[in-house]
Order: sequence, then C-alpha cells, then structure tokens
Amino acid sequence: MKRYDAVVIGAGHNGLTNAAYLAKAGLDVLVVEKNDYIGGAAVSRELHQGWIYSNCSYVCSMMRQALHRDLDLARHGLLLVPYLGTVNFADDGRTLISYHDEEAAYLELKRHSRHDADAMFRFQADLTRYSQLIRKTLLRTPPDPTSFKPRDIRELLFLAKQFWSLGEHELYEYIRFFTLSAADFLEDYFETDLVKQTMASAGIIGTALGVYSPGSSYILLHHVMGDVDGNIGAWGLARGGMGAISNALASALYGYGGSIRTEAPVGRVLVRGGSAYGVVLESGEEILANIVVSNLDAKRTFTQIVDRDDLPPEIYERARHFKIRGSSGKVNVALSGMPKFLNVPDNPYINRGGQAFTGSMETMERAYDCWKRGQWSDDPFIESVIPSAWDPTVAPPGQHWMSNFIQYCPAELADGPWTDQKRDQFGQTVIDKIERHSPGFKDLIVHMEVRTPREIEDEIGLTAGNIFQGELTIDQLLFNRPFPGYAQYRMPIKRMYMCGSSTHPGGGVSSACGANAAREILLDLKKPNTVPEDDFYDE
Amino acid sequence: MSAYDALIIGAGHNGLVCASYLAAQGLRVRVLEANAEVGGLAATRVFFPGFRASVAHTVSHFSHRVLKDLAIDTDLLRHPLPSIALSPEGRHIKIDDGEVYGASDEDKQAYSEYAKRLQRFSRVLAPLWTQAAPPIGGNTLGEVLKFAHTGLRMRSLGRRNMGELLRVITLPLQDLMDEHFHNPALQSLLAWEGLIGNQQAPRSPNNSVLQLLYRMSEGTMPIHVLPNGGIQGFIQSLRQAAEDRGVEITTHTRVSRVLLNSTQSGLAVTGVKTAAGETIEADRVVSNADPQTTFLDLLGSENLEIEFSNRIRRIRANGYVAKLHLALKGEPIFSNLERADGRMILASSLKVIEQAYDDAKYGGLPEQPVMEIVVPSLRDSSLAPAGQHVLSAHVMYVPSKLQEGWSDSSRRRLYDLILGTIEAYAPNIRSLVLGHELLTPLDLEHTFSNRGGHWQHGDLALDQMLMMRPTYGAAQYASPVEGLYLCGAGCHPAGDLTGAPGFNAARAISA
Repeated sequence: MKRYDAVVIGAGHNGLTNAAYLAKAGLDVLVVEKNDYIGGAAVSRELHQGWIYSNCSYVCSMMRQALHRDLDLARHGLLLVPYLGTVNFADDGRTLISYHDEEAAYLELKRHSRHDADAMFRFQADLTRYSQLIRKTLLRTPPDPTSFKPRDIRELLFLAKQFWSLGEHELYEYIRFFTLSAADFLEDYFETDLVKQTMASAGIIGTALGVYSPGSSYILLHHVMGDVDGNIGAWGLARGGMGAISNALASALYGYGGSIRTEAPVGRVLVRGGSAYGVVLESGEEILANIVVSNLDAKRTFTQIVDRDDLPPEIYERARHFKIRGSSGKVNVALSGMPKFLNVPDNPYINRGGQAFTGSMETMERAYDCWKRGQWSDDPFIESVIPSAWDPTVAPPGQHWMSNFIQYCPAELADGPWTDQKRDQFGQTVIDKIERHSPGFKDLIVHMEVRTPREIEDEIGLTAGNIFQGELTIDQLLFNRPFPGYAQYRMPIKRMYMCGSSTHPGGGVSSACGANAAREILLDLKKPNTVPEDDFYDE
Repeated sequence: MSAYDALIIGAGHNGLVCASYLAAQGLRVRVLEANAEVGGLAATRVFFPGFRASVAHTVSHFSHRVLKDLAIDTDLLRHPLPSIALSPEGRHIKIDDGEVYGASDEDKQAYSEYAKRLQRFSRVLAPLWTQAAPPIGGNTLGEVLKFAHTGLRMRSLGRRNMGELLRVITLPLQDLMDEHFHNPALQSLLAWEGLIGNQQAPRSPNNSVLQLLYRMSEGTMPIHVLPNGGIQGFIQSLRQAAEDRGVEITTHTRVSRVLLNSTQSGLAVTGVKTAAGETIEADRVVSNADPQTTFLDLLGSENLEIEFSNRIRRIRANGYVAKLHLALKGEPIFSNLERADGRMILASSLKVIEQAYDDAKYGGLPEQPVMEIVVPSLRDSSLAPAGQHVLSAHVMYVPSKLQEGWSDSSRRRLYDLILGTIEAYAPNIRSLVLGHELLTPLDLEHTFSNRGGHWQHGDLALDQMLMMRPTYGAAQYASPVEGLYLCGAGCHPAGDLTGAPGFNAARAISA
C-alpha cells in the first residue's frame, strides 16, 4: 500500500501553501479535500450561469509578498489588482469617499471636517508604523515563553528587543493600539462620527467584538497590515475571483509534484502509540502517511477528526473552549446592471471601489448588542464590493456581481436553530438596507445567495462560520494561538501538525500559517528549509 | 526655607499613608483636605439625620506591609464578610472562608481548582504592586534586575501554569467564567471583582482579569472585611498613625493652585494656594488628587509640555459606579436569607450585567441595574440609631455623562430603578426607607473632586498600568515639575483601599 510522506487535510489556501512548500522540499504530498472543489474559503464558483461568485472571502491584501513571488504565483495565473475608493454611507444620508489620490482624499475629508482631514495624515502614518512591528512576526514561528530551548529564548529576545527598542513613547502608543477599543483609539484622532465609523469598521469584520470592545483596534490593524504590491493597507481583487489564488497555489503544488484528491472527506486521523500515521476517509479508505497536517480549525481538528482517547485530556478541553464564534454573514448578488447610490457623484471611479454601510458608531455597536443576544440586527453593518466593475470575467457583459459581507450574524439564534426561512429573512434585511441607500436596487437582482454561519460551516467546514478560524483576541494570538504550548504548529500527537488560520498569525488569505507550518515540519524532518524569509523592501 | 518639607493635597487614605511614611523619616508634613472629614471616598459622612455611611464600604486587599509599618492593629481586619450571590428564586450562593455553599458539586470542585490557580498567579504578580515600576529605556542595572526578577517568578510557575497565566490575563471574564462554572449567579459573584470600577463588562477583553488579580494582591482570593469600628475606625487609625508621626492635618482647606517658581533647570514648586487665598510654602507638594485634577486644574496645562498634558487628558476616567445609601427603620430582610450579613451581589447572571452596561455605554440608565450591597450597621451599630440600619450599595452601570444630563428627575428615575431591583430580593424594602442619598458618578466628582467620579482615578487597563500609570513621565511618582509628586489611586498600582500608591510614592520621594 502506498505511503505518502505527508497528507494535508483540507485544500484551503493554507493547506495548499503548506503542501506546496513540502513538495518543493521533495516530499511526496497528498492534499485531501471534502468538497468537489478546492480553495476552502478562497473560491470562485459559478452559482448562477454566467456569474462567478467569490462566495466567501472577497478581497485580498494579506497574501505575503515573499510567498507570492517565491511560489511564482503570477506565472501560475494569479493577477491582483488594487481596487479604488470605498464609499461610506451614514444613517443620515451623508457619504464619505476614500480616494487613493491624496489631494482628493484630503478635500473629501475636509467637506466633513478640516480637523479630521488634517488628523488623517497622522493616523495613516501611525497605523503604518504599528503594522510594521506586526509584519515582522508574520513569517516567524512564535517563541514559547515558557521554554528554555535556545531557539525559543533567542526568538523571545528578538520580540523583546523589537518592543524595547521602541522606547517609552512608542511603547505606550503601541500598547494603547493593541488593547484599546476601536472607538477609544479613533477618539484620539477624529471628531466626526462619519470619519470614525469609516475607520472603525475594519475593527469588527469577522470578530465577535464591537467597536466599543477593548481589543477591536488590533483587529483594525490585522485588516490593514497587508499590502498589494508593497502598498501597505491597500486591498486588491484577484482577477477571476478569489479562487484564482487557490488555483495558482494548486498549480504551484502540482509543479512540485504534489497531488490533490477532492471529494475525500476525512473521518479520523489514524494514531498508534501516540503517533499519527495517516487518515481514514469517511468512505473507510485508509491513506497512510509519514506525517499528517490539518488545515482545519483547532476546534474541528481536536473535537471531530481526532479520537478523544488519543489526546491529552486538557487539549480536548482547550479545543472545546477554543473561541471560534460565528459573527458574520455573506450575501452574494447577481445584478442586471450597476446600482446607483444616493449622495454619491456619478463617477466611474467611485463605482470601482467598495461600499460600506456603516451608519454610525452607535449603529454598529447596537448591531453587536443584537449579536450578543442571539439575534441579527435590522440595521447591520454591510461591507460590499462590486468586483465586476473591474473584472469582466466574473459577470456577463454589462451585468454585475456584488459581494456583501455582513457583521453581525450569530451562529446560534436565541429563538432556536437556523432554518432556510430565517436565512432568507436575514438576506432580506440586508437587501432592504442597501435599497435604502440605492433605490431600485432590488429590481436589479437576478440571483442571490445568502450565507449565514450555518451555510459557511456546512459547506467549507469553518466551525461556526468564523472566517479567522478563531477569534483574534490576545488570549488567542501569537504564542497563545491556538493553545499555549502548541503555537509552533506541532500538535500533542507526534507526527501531526496544524497549518490553518487557527495558528499564528491568524486569519486572512495570507498563506503565512501554511508556510510557517511547512518550515517547522521540514525542521523536524531534517530537510532543508524551502520557505523564504519575509522581506521588507517597503521599510 | 519653607515651613514644610512636604504638603499633601487631599487626606484620602493614600495621602495619609504617604504622609506617615514621610514624617517617619523626619520630614515636616502637612495634609490639606478640602472636605470636613478625612478619608476621601472612605470618609464616613452623615447622609440622613442620625445615619452615617462611607462610599467605600469594605476593605479587601489593604497592604499588610503598610499595616505593619504603621503599627496598625491587624485585628481590625479580622472579620471577613461572606460573599453572597442572591438569586431571584432564593437559591443563593455563598462563599465563606473559602467554602462555596449552595452550588453544585461540580461547581464547588471547579471553584477549588480555580481559586488555587488564581492564587498562584496573584502571588507571582504580588511584588509588582508594592514597588515603583521602572521606566522603559536607559535602565539602571537594578531596574533591569527588577524586570528579570518578575520574568523569573513567572517561570517559577512551571510551563503549564505560566502558559495559562499568559492566556487568561487578557481573557474576558465571560470566557473565564464559562470555562469553569455553570451556575450563573456564581459566575456573577466571582466576576464582580474584575468588573467594578472600570468601564468594562463581562464580554470586554483585556483588562478585567488583570483587575481581578490586582484585587488579590495579598495573595488570597478577594476577602472583604468590615473592620472593627467600621471604615471610620480604620481611617481614624490611619489618621492617628500619621499624627503620631508628627503630621499636621488641616480639613476644610481646598487647594486651588500649585505655586511654581522658574529655576535654571525648569519649573519647581514653591507651595500651594488655597481657595481661601492663603499661600502655604513647601519644598515638595504631593498630590493625592487624581492626575487630571492635579495636572490640568491645580498645575495648569500651560506649565506642562503639550504632549504630556495631552496624555493626561486622554486618561480614561469615566466613572460607571453610583452609590446609594438608605436609612432604614428596621433590619432589611432578603428572601430566603437568614441575615443580610455579607457582601451581597444582586446580578442573576453575567448576561444581566452585560445588558446593564449596554444601556450605560450609550449614556443611558440601566433598565435593570446590578449592585453590591452591604448592611454595615449590622456590624457597626454606631452608624444608625438603635434598631435602625444603613444599606450601602455600589450600583453598576451608571454613566457619569448621562445623555439626557443629570437632573432631579433622572436621579429619581435611577433611584426607582435601583429600589425596584432590590425589591425583587427584599420585598419589604420600600416600607423601611426613612431617607436616602444617591451619589451618581457626577455627584461623587462634585463631593470628592475625583475626575469622572472614577473609583480608581482612571481605568486599570493594560495601557494605564505599571510604567504607563498615569502616563510615562509621571509613573515613578515624580512629575515633570520639580518637587511635585503624585501619591493617589491614579498612580501605580491603582485604586481601592490598599495604601500601595501612598507607600510607593513615599519611597520614591525619599529616595
């Protein structure tokens, strides 16, 4: 019977990245995927004829440039294009457009507040500085602060030095930024609610925190620390949809001799004598491998595909308590034409950006209050983008597809489980809100797909539909991710590893988790490292 | 030469402690207090004819080191109050002397493990609270050793416990409680210490476990004590300790300004000016007032570098706790509770606490307030006429900045909301009430001159602790102005009746 060097469970972007780097080192790698398509949450799917939805993740910024270039993803067909200004819609009808051009951006802000227009320079500069510290840690394995191994001590000193060398003033600013709420943090810079809500929205996307919750300003950073072609904070669209990223990674994997099997859901990890030796598929077929790598989230891995008896009891408990909360929904819409929005100039430039229906700081926080009570808000925060304005390959000519991401959508409702009817009501709430800012929007709808945490979990296996594979709060970051003592991609079972977003540095289509895990695996196998160092040409 | 080596602004307990230590070293010290009573928020005041109460109604983690140094009889603090989570259905949970009563066996077992682990954590952190936190950068060898020492202490916990400490230290209390306990009232009771005083609710990450561990600074689970002789007796003994060491204490004297002189090396204090217009000269001025009052009102931002005063301005010090005192004509009876002799938490679940916060965070009144109640007159009969009683309640969450503005009618509404909640547990309470005093955070600010009516002179938070408290440049108790020091709850470590800021400040001043 064939025995692979490594089997990777789940063909999400991190699983593919991990497999590609293992294959590059000469390992015989197989990726097994439960769905009949690859990509996990980075997919392009034709769910209505002629329209190709990126029906989970929808924009890209966090892909590490070093990996992008090292795997030569452009040659494998990946083209990323930055998208232009986003329009923010307030409850009172006012709008704020975030232009890329500095002067235009300044004048637009000045329409609302001169003070805030001036403060924006300071804000952007500070944010860029804060993100540089984090960026240095993305392609590094977190040290274990409780270990006395030379490598851990060296890495810990590296981190301590990064912090210490900031000096008192900077350290104070950083600590504020890492621990405050988005609202408190923004209070230092801006006076108008419209500007604050525009900046705060990134602090809640994908998380079970509100704009007033301490810790949400870090989430804001997590969303702006990426880059497109070296422009920190810029967001891009993948031509052909987010699936293009997965396809390029798969193509790189094939190039190195790896293979992928779809429609191969894993039932259980095979463990003997405390050591993993393969997986058994739900069909009963056994696949043997020297090592097993899970791209599933930590909770799913340790409560569903690993036998409880094979785990130390405290790890099972840790996994059960792992904070992975469903807080987001998605409504994908096929449109017969470009919608027109109120209070926005009729300018093709603006149509090529996104739309953020934030309302106000209070509206966003009240939506969070609803989430806490197990309800969805009648007035949710929606972040939208119309990729077809840029990319002619994702909708028929003259027609469009619109991605709407909704915060918040609870995984568990107070009035009982999700049903198809409730899902459709939730979708209607979203459409109604957009219609308020774009009369006639409803009439343009050709097809619509509504995804609550239930659909996201059922289809792509993210527990509770959490897009980050686990909350990004300090208790689950860096050496705490996913659990203290297991942040270095090695799991309590020998020859078993994790490579998904449940590990450092967390969620987002960054490929960093998969690459970091590959580096650790190769170290254990005493193979030469194939994973590049991160580079900082922009600093 | 000035008449005094040190003037202390405010006779709060930290002012008194600091004064005692300074005087013990031979300094000539005078304390100036604006109010009629000493003790600040722990002062005992008449709130209704014949009835007295203090805003701080128990002592929990007062520094034993300070008690010993000041030769205060520790017998005073020998009678801990049981902590009781009242349940609307009468299934109360009591924690007394480390034992849990009324909970399931599973929760009892969980409590003993939880308490053991938390106490280990608190002992590791304990040395931090009673020493100044060294600044960052340009450190002396001694300071580097201090940091290293803390690191080593953490490692002494062993791998698993140290990892666990680093995980739970920023955990929201909701998560910490869910990981351990099933009973919702027990969850509220145990989370209470981590929440009260700050602007945070059970689901708020980052700061609440830290506050919980701070409140365990003496290495034990939080124990609340009503001292013999009441809070008044306790403050009196602190006053006595100060006076025994030669400290001069003057009440009814509000300081309106810190006086300055330019020297070659910058500004230096020369004394203070009182609201009555008197000038009192001194070589040093030590402020027990909160940092914002000290720097922005008494000193004036014109005398500070702008970045420094901006940092002082942005200290988060919005009080969310109101205080209610009731004068009762008889002993209050709570359903299914033998006697109201304990520290009672009226919050049936963390969800209820969260909802009270949700109302307050938008500047509204909580529809269902949550509170901690003590009936101090059960242990100190001097607080009320014979047979009559005082009920003292800390009420959350009440915003200092009420959206509609504080008025008689909003106070009345708050009072009714609070009484309505108490009534659910003590049905006859309204018929006992002779009079009341309701202090909103704004009233606390007006009465005690603490900015925002905040208990701790500023939230205890990761960005407002250690060498960041109140902010760098003033975190080692000395301020940018020569001769001006801080010694109050706005400094490291933080608020509550502990004596630690006063103790640390005295050491920094005499160093």
